[in-house]
Amino acid sequence: MCTTCGCGVGEVKIDGERAHHEHDHVHADGTTHSHDHDHSAGEPYGHSHEHPHTRQHQHSYAPAHSHAPGIGAKRMVQIEQDILSKNNAYAAENRQRLAQRGIFTLNLVSSPGSGKTTLLVKTIELLKGRQQVAVIEGDQQTSQDAERIRATGAPAIQINTGKGCHLDAHMVGHAMGKLELPEDSLLMIENVGNLVCPAAFDLGEAHKVVILSVTEGEDKPIKYPDMFRASTLMLMNKCDLLPHLTFSVPRAIEFARRVNPGIEVIEVSATTGQGMDAWLAWLERGAAGARLQR
Amino acid sequence: MHEMSLAEGVLQLIEDAAREQEFEKVTAVWLEIGQLSGVEVEAMKFCFDAVMRDSIADGARLEIIALPGTGWCMECAITVPMDEVFGECPRCGGHQMQVTGGTEMRVKELEVA
Repeated sequence: MCTTCGCGVGEVKIDGERAHHEHDHVHADGTTHSHDHDHSAGEPYGHSHEHPHTRQHQHSYAPAHSHAPGIGAKRMVQIEQDILSKNNAYAAENRQRLAQRGIFTLNLVSSPGSGKTTLLVKTIELLKGRQQVAVIEGDQQTSQDAERIRATGAPAIQINTGKGCHLDAHMVGHAMGKLELPEDSLLMIENVGNLVCPAAFDLGEAHKVVILSVTEGEDKPIKYPDMFRASTLMLMNKCDLLPHLTFSVPRAIEFARRVNPGIEVIEVSATTGQGMDAWLAWLERGAAGARLQR
Repeated sequence: MHEMSLAEGVLQLIEDAAREQEFEKVTAVWLEIGQLSGVEVEAMKFCFDAVMRDSIADGARLEIIALPGTGWCMECAITVPMDEVFGECPRCGGHQMQVTGGTEMRVKELEVA
C-alpha cells in the first residue's frame, strides 16, 4: 500500500491503468495545524492530516539513532481520530466537487447478481434526452460492466479493485477526474458486488441505494444489516419473477425497516419496466435538488 | 467486515502522527470499537498484527476499548441499550429504533518510544 495517499499500489486499476500517480490534494486548513483535534463520534466527516507543510522531518531510523533499551522514555500520544478519517476526507472532497457542479450522485450497492448493471442500462436508456448520466463501475476484475454501459452511449469508467472488496473515496476521486461529468448530470457509482464492506466507505455520494433482487432471501436486510442501515432507498429488483417464487415482499420490507425505519422502497423490474417510472421520478427529484444547490 | 482496510487506516494514522510528533516506535495502540460498528474484534487483531509488521508499530500491543451500542426507541422516546443494529427495544419490544451510539471505530491513543 502506498503510504503517501493510501493507494493499493499494483492492485487498483482505473480503465486498465494503475490508479496511483502524483497528485495534489488541496486542504483548506493550510499550513498551520494543531494536533488536538476533537472528532466527536457523531461528526460525519473527519479530516485528513496530510498538510502541505514544507517542514521536513528527516529521521534516521538507523541503529545510530536508536535509544539504549530502558532509557528511551515511553510516552502517550493522543490520536482521537476515526479509522476511516482519511477515506472520509477524500469523500468530503468528492462531495464538494460534485455539489459545485450540481451533480446528483448515487452509490449503488448489492450482492453480486442482483441485476445492478442491467437496471443501470435500462435506467440510462429511459433517461435518454431527459437527463445526462455518467457511470463509475467497480469490480475486482474485467471491464465488462463499463463496456455494457458505454454501449448505451453514456460515459463510463471502470475501476478494478484487484483483491479489494469495496470502492473507496480515493479511487472514486481519481475516476471522477478521468470522466466527463457535465453540470447537473447524474453520476451512478456501481460498487463492487458485496453487501458487507462497501457499507462503511463513504464515496461522496448523496445516497447509497441498495438493490435486493427477489431471487435472494427476503431476510437479507437482517443478515447484512449495515448495508440496509446505510442506504436511503431499497430497490427490489426482478419483481417480474415474483409469481414463480415464495419471496414475500411485505416481509422483506419489514426486515429492511427493522434495521432502518426510514428506508424508502421501490419495487422494480429492469426486464419488464415495472416500477421504473417511480424510480426515475425518485432520481429526477434528487437531480433537481442537486441542481438547486449548485 | 473489512478489517484489513481498517488496519491499514490505523497504520496511516500512526505514520502521520509519527511524522508530526516525532516518534520512532509504537509499543501499544488503543482502538475504540463500538459494538455496532460491524468490526470483528478477533479479525481486527489478526489483521493488525499482519499490517503492522515491518512498520514502526511492528509488534505493538493492541488494546481494544469496546463501546456499548445504544439506540433511540421512537415508541418509548428513550435511549436504550442495543446489541444489534436491528435490535428490539428492551422496554416495548418494537423495532422503531435509531442507532445513537456504538458505531465508533477510532484510534484513541498510542504508547510511543
